[in-house]
Parts: sequence; structure tokens; C-alpha cells
Amino acid sequence: MTRPWLLRDRRGAFGVLILIVFVACAIAAPLVTNGEPTVQRDIVATRFVPPLSRDVNGVFHPIGTDRFGRDVWTRLVYGARVSMGVGVLAVLVAVILGVVVGALAGYWRGPLSVALLALTDFALALPRVVLLLLLAALWQPSTLLVVAVLGLTGWMGIARLVHGEVRSLAARPFVEGAVAVGARRLRILARHILPNALTPVIVAAALGVGNAIVLEAGLSYLGLGVQAPTPSWGNMITSGSDTLVNAPWVAIAPGVALVLVVVACTLLGDALRDVLDPNVRG
Amino acid sequence: MLARLGHRLLAGLAVVLGVVTLTFLLLHAAPGDPVDIMLGPTATAEQLAAQRRALGLDQPLPRQFATWVGRSARGDWGTSIATGRPVAAMLGNAWPATARLVVLSLILSYLIGLAVGALQAARSGSRLDTLLSVVSVTLFGIPGYWLGLMLVLVFTYWARLLPAFGIAGLDSDYLQGTSLLVDRLRHLALPLVTLTLIGIGGAARFVRGAMLETLSQPFITTAWAKGLTARRVVGRHALRNALTPVVILLGLSLPALFSGAVFVETVFAWPGVGRVLVEAVKARDYPVVMAATAVSAVLVVAGNVLADVLAAWLDPRVRSGEAAQ
Repeated sequence: MTRPWLLRDRRGAFGVLILIVFVACAIAAPLVTNGEPTVQRDIVATRFVPPLSRDVNGVFHPIGTDRFGRDVWTRLVYGARVSMGVGVLAVLVAVILGVVVGALAGYWRGPLSVALLALTDFALALPRVVLLLLLAALWQPSTLLVVAVLGLTGWMGIARLVHGEVRSLAARPFVEGAVAVGARRLRILARHILPNALTPVIVAAALGVGNAIVLEAGLSYLGLGVQAPTPSWGNMITSGSDTLVNAPWVAIAPGVALVLVVVACTLLGDALRDVLDPNVRG
Repeated sequence: MLARLGHRLLAGLAVVLGVVTLTFLLLHAAPGDPVDIMLGPTATAEQLAAQRRALGLDQPLPRQFATWVGRSARGDWGTSIATGRPVAAMLGNAWPATARLVVLSLILSYLIGLAVGALQAARSGSRLDTLLSVVSVTLFGIPGYWLGLMLVLVFTYWARLLPAFGIAGLDSDYLQGTSLLVDRLRHLALPLVTLTLIGIGGAARFVRGAMLETLSQPFITTAWAKGLTARRVVGRHALRNALTPVVILLGLSLPALFSGAVFVETVFAWPGVGRVLVEAVKARDYPVVMAATAVSAVLVVAGNVLADVLAAWLDPRVRSGEAAQ
């Protein structure tokens, strides 16, 4: 029901289009690239090939090669799998945590609610990047750790949103009706309240994915995120920054891809908010 | 007002204590310790044990924590394990550099963001509005370190106009007066522009939203009906009222800016707190990490309290306790 509305919004349509292109490329990675993001052949002969040209073997490189002679386009597309995958998974973790905490705190008044809210406020006040640094630097860096760390530091906003929604919904007549016919509390929460509380969560999640991708890239940039040779946009920018002078395309390409995806997520989030909640104008 | 401030300060103190405790636990829960890194892989078990004893790392954790809290409460931040320098001196040298960068970019990005957002809201729906929206969304989405790299590419490597690294040139000790100032400003330019550009994106987006909401309220209709000029309605009536949420965001974005500074300082080799923190975390330098985290937690809390006080000063409704929302 919401889809045609969403596409009628120009921002939403643009965001969806960009994301579809990126997701399609990421899924079809072996088909649209040479399928070998980490393979290094004759490094000296094939390194630093400029964009839109062929190397000594006659292989065409649309965005050139990096210092190990790896095709940047191939790494970009496989990096999309990692970066976007990490972003989406991290937000999924954050959403699940946030919904559980927010719903429990909003529906069960009492000491549990107070404790959960205090925990949320506390976690919200923590300096996120410092926490990310600590968590990522102290353990062996890995893709899974990045997902966990981003998820564990990103749930508080969603918990607050859900808490507010659940509290106001719990006082509505349709919930009182469900209580009157004797439905169990958990059932009321899951079937009657939460589905109505999800709108702001969807918006926050769309915005959160972009944010998570930027943070993942930041961690990878500091050497604390996804580890080479697995390509992620963050570690591609890092390795490109070493060869900024003679091969700027290595750092430019993943950055442009990253900005496009983040902008698409933001536009989609804005459009969703306007479409799903006409009361709020942004 | 005072009671409110006291309450906020107490809550802030609790947060700082919590952050410090959490940091301590995380540091000690992680595998590896500073002695491993300090003595390298060739050290014998006895040497490691002796060094741990000398640093007090063999004590039970609660006692180590109590010692740290007791000392730092008296202003003694200890000595860096990795560099052997006093932690207070390391942070003391670093924080003016970070403060200069963060405060300047905060002021610049909000002044520009206010102007851009207000202009957009006044011309809502026009081509200009759309164009500026595209620009601010893009700036909002750019990772700071990448923007920094691109600026280095353009202004340092291609145009050869500005230096890319550090806070001062190699010859800065011999410079005086204007040329010293010029040298400092040239080094400040790229990091400051990077942080400011990113800040503008967020600020403009937020101001536009707040302004549009204010412009849709009845008192604005009244102002138009009185025949006031657009300049007066938008500038005096709307902007003033839209300022409260903006000021709150300003306080809240102080920690975000500090986070951005961590990355930007790394790109530009800017000798600030962010870089000290990154290096210390990598070296498991317990005293430095603890102190730097405590400082950044204080910054976050101070930003929140400052925002609260400013909002109360700007908006009597907040002051008297009946929140605007």
C-alpha cells in the first residue's frame, strides 16, 4: 500500500533506485565482475592501471587496478557485499535489541521499566566512537565483531522510540479491548501494540544503515574493522590513501560508492518518514 | 533552575563514573596487556611478571580500579606505560589542538548551517531549496576521513596550495608574527574545512526542519497578517523560535564532533586527543586510555548540560519546567 506512494516521492524513488542498483550488483557480483576480488597475478605488470584502460594482458579495467594489480571494480562490488551486509546486519541487531528493551520498558511498568530506561539513557550518553574504538581494538578484529560492536552501540535511539510508542499505544481503546477479552499480555504486546509501533523504527533503521556503513568504514580505516584481503569500502579507502598521488582512483571509487549508498539510505528514510507519518514534515 | 542544574550535574557525574568503570572492565577483559606489547615476544615469563608487579597489574582488579579512581580524583593521572610520559602532560598538550579544531568548526558549521537552513525554509519547495537539500544530504553522508583525503588530494597534491599534515610547518619555530600565524592557519585550513563541511550538512538539515515546523504555527500567520516583511517574519519571529531545538542539537553534537575529530585527526596527523586515544588503545596503554575516555565522557556530559542551560536561557517554557514538546 505504501510502495506507490514512496515511489511518487522523488527522494524515495531516487533512494530506492540507487539501492536496487547496488544490491543487484552485490548479489550478481560474479556475473558483473571478473569474480576474483583478492587474486593477485603479475603484480608489477598489472598494478596502477588507470581507469577505462587495458593492462598488458589486454584485460579491461573500468576503474583501473590497485597497487597489487587487483581490479578495483571487482573489489568495489565484492566490497559492497561486505560493507552493505555489515551495515544491514548491524542495524538488525540494533533494531532487535532496541525493540525488545523499548517494548519491555514501555509495557511493564515498575522496577524493570525504570532499570531499562536508566540503562538506555546511560548507554545514550556514552561516547560511541570511544566505545567502538575500545571494543574493536581490544579483540581480534573481524567482520562479525564489527557487526556486534555496531549493533551493541546503536540500539538506544530505537529503544526510546519504541518505548514512547508502546506507552501511548497501551492506553488506546483497542488495547483495552484486547485486555477485556482476556488476551495474554505478551500476545497483546506482540500482536496488537508492536505492529502499530513499528513506523518510526523503520525510518530509524533506514537512516541507521547509512550511519552503520560510515562507521564500519571508519573502523576499517583505522585498521580495526574488516581485515584485508577481504574487500570492504573502508579498508579499500585506507589502502588507496597510501597511493593517493599516483593512483587516486583506488581511494575515490569506494568513497563515491559509500556516499551514494549513505545518501540513498538518508533520502529513503526521509521519504519513508513523510509517507508513513504525514504529521511530521522534514 | 539551580536545582535542575544540580540534578543534571549529578546525573552527569554518574555517567562519567559509569564510562570509566566500563572502560576499565573492557580493558581488563580483553586478551593481552600493555606489558606484552611493551616487552615484545622475546621476554621471558619472569620478566613479564616482574614488569606487571612493578606496574601494579598483578593486584586484584577492584583494588587496581580503586587506586586509579583515588589517584585521579586527586589529579594524578599516572604515567603512560607506552611512552613513559605523565598522562596529564600528554593530554594537556593534546587538548588545545582538539579544542581549537572542534570549537571553531562547531561555530562555523552552525553559523553556515543556520543561514542555509533558514534560507531553505523561507524558500521551501523552490529549486534552490532542492539544490541545497541535495548538497546538505550529501555532506551529511560523507565520511570525514574520506572527505579529508579528497581535500588533501585536491589542495595538497594537485593544486599544491595547502599542507596536509600536522599543526605547524617544520620551520615554525623560526617564524614570527604574521608569518607564524599564516603557517598555523594554513595547517588548520584542511582539517577545519573537513569537519565544518560535515557539520554543515547535519545542521542545515535540522534547521530547515525546525524552521518549517515553526513557520506552520499560528503566530507566524498572525505575523504575516500584520503585514510584516518576509525578512522580519522569517528572521525575527520564526528563526528565534526555531533556535531552541537547534541549540539543544548544538550541545548534543559536541560529542559527535569529537568523534569526527578522532578520524580527521588521524588523517591530518593533527596532534589532538583523538590521536592520543587511538594510539593508546592500540598499545593497550591503560592509564592513557582511562584518562582520555574520562575526558571525552566529561565532554559529552558538558555538552548535554550546556545545551540544557542554553535552551532554558532561550526558552522560558523550558525554564519553568513545562517542556516545549
